[in-house]
Amino acid sequence: MQSQTLNSGDNAWMLTSAALVLMMTGPGLALFYGGLVRSKNVLSTMMHSFALMAVVTVLWAVYGYSFAFASGTPFIGGFGYVFLNGVGTAPNADYGATVPHQTYMIYQLMFAIITPALISGAFAERMKFSAMLLFTCLWSTIIYFPMAHMVWGKGGLLNAFLGGKIPCLDFAGGTVVHITSGVSALVCALYLGKRLGFPREPMKPHNLVLSLIGACLLWVGWFGFNAGSAVAASGLATSAFVATHFGASAAALGWMFAEWARHGKPSMLGGISGAVAGLVAITPASGFVQPFPALLIGFLAGVFCFFMVTTVKGRFGYDDTLDAFGVHGAGGTLGALLTGIFATKAINDGLKDAAGHVLPLGWVDGNPKQILNQLAGVVISWVLALVGTWIILRIVDALIGVRASKEAEIEGLDISMHGEEGYNLDA
Amino acid sequence: MKKIEAIIQPFKLDDVKEALKGIGIDGITISEVRGHGRQKGHKEVYRGMEYQVDLLPKIKIETVIPDSRLDEVTRTISAAARTGRIGDGKIFIYDVQDAIRIRNDDSGEAAL
Repeated sequence: MQSQTLNSGDNAWMLTSAALVLMMTGPGLALFYGGLVRSKNVLSTMMHSFALMAVVTVLWAVYGYSFAFASGTPFIGGFGYVFLNGVGTAPNADYGATVPHQTYMIYQLMFAIITPALISGAFAERMKFSAMLLFTCLWSTIIYFPMAHMVWGKGGLLNAFLGGKIPCLDFAGGTVVHITSGVSALVCALYLGKRLGFPREPMKPHNLVLSLIGACLLWVGWFGFNAGSAVAASGLATSAFVATHFGASAAALGWMFAEWARHGKPSMLGGISGAVAGLVAITPASGFVQPFPALLIGFLAGVFCFFMVTTVKGRFGYDDTLDAFGVHGAGGTLGALLTGIFATKAINDGLKDAAGHVLPLGWVDGNPKQILNQLAGVVISWVLALVGTWIILRIVDALIGVRASKEAEIEGLDISMHGEEGYNLDA
Repeated sequence: MKKIEAIIQPFKLDDVKEALKGIGIDGITISEVRGHGRQKGHKEVYRGMEYQVDLLPKIKIETVIPDSRLDEVTRTISAAARTGRIGDGKIFIYDVQDAIRIRNDDSGEAAL
């Protein structure tokens, strides 16, 4: 029975995708973020990403997967899969009928790892390591697991395909991953306050070569993130792969041209920031849109996120160290809304009515009301991230304190938190 | 004896080195330094954050020569390091009391 339903091609692709998504966090995001900070904080910044690969895995095994994907309420899963009880090699027809349930579990784990790692861009260079660990455990539990359940879990409030009340389209995590992490990043930046000396003292990125390597690893890893979200080696996976690549390319150009027009020079950092912004924005849309709308979504995201991290951040003066909000919050929101316009049943015919007829998806299919469903998903993820993150920071602050001491921050977190330096060039 | 300290554009180092070798000046010490005179720095922009970089990379060349060769050496350095644009650098000249070769205690101009 089991051998009849398993498809080795699908399983091979999904295991590959899981590995690609893990590669996005380490070394992708670690390098991207690590290169952008000052050299005295390179290891502490990379540690944020790396430590989460370990920490979130343990949470996921014990209760995280269950809270996200076991059946429960519309808002959070139940205890059915606690300690991965019943999650074996037999497929779960709801999540992936042709791959072992454990494949789906480990694939989803990689998303749970990268999401809090994205937030670390906002508090880099000034948060205590112990506070980061506690914050992340609480954040995963209170914000990520419920949000993943609402959008992807069976019976989740926003799940368009598995019985949700509000059919929000989010193929690979525009709301679950990027809005939650980006908006939480903004709360972190506001709660922690600016780095000492910001913006008076120069805080130039210490190694954009690392950042370029990291951004390109993110780009490649994103094929697993988006095309893997088809949970099969199918035509849909190909569509998502193409849309992902098109979105990233157009966004890199969008940011670069906007910067060229504004500051007179196109920069490497601008190019890679744009590519990441495009990857973010295409994430919710990737399994629903045609190639040319993907180019458009990417280009708009590149220009919009450039505007967010330059003009808007400058106007309000918050110190979102590595622009986690300006790229992931802004790009995720834009992508989630544009999905409501460009999603089409020509790419994804998975949404059917009771009689089995394929339903229209976005505005291009003649369903303008989908934008309201998208808006509902956006609002819910924004509110959950805003309120939840603020409460979590208050709790962590009261228990152990969030911000590094002034001395530790000036010395650099590598030495003060971890007792080591990134570059011992004369050693 | 005179000590010559020349601050020059980094990309002129090879020209100056060759020119000095050409007139038989063998001993030089160079260091990478940062500074500015009348030359304004440049602007760098990272995601919209503008930084004015006014300490620019320069090369400092130090050499000690007999008094008799002062004019020749300074003119050689000037000619080799000159682009005619602001930022070419400066040459400073100091009196040197003595020089000692560590290997064999030669002193004075014999140690150069």
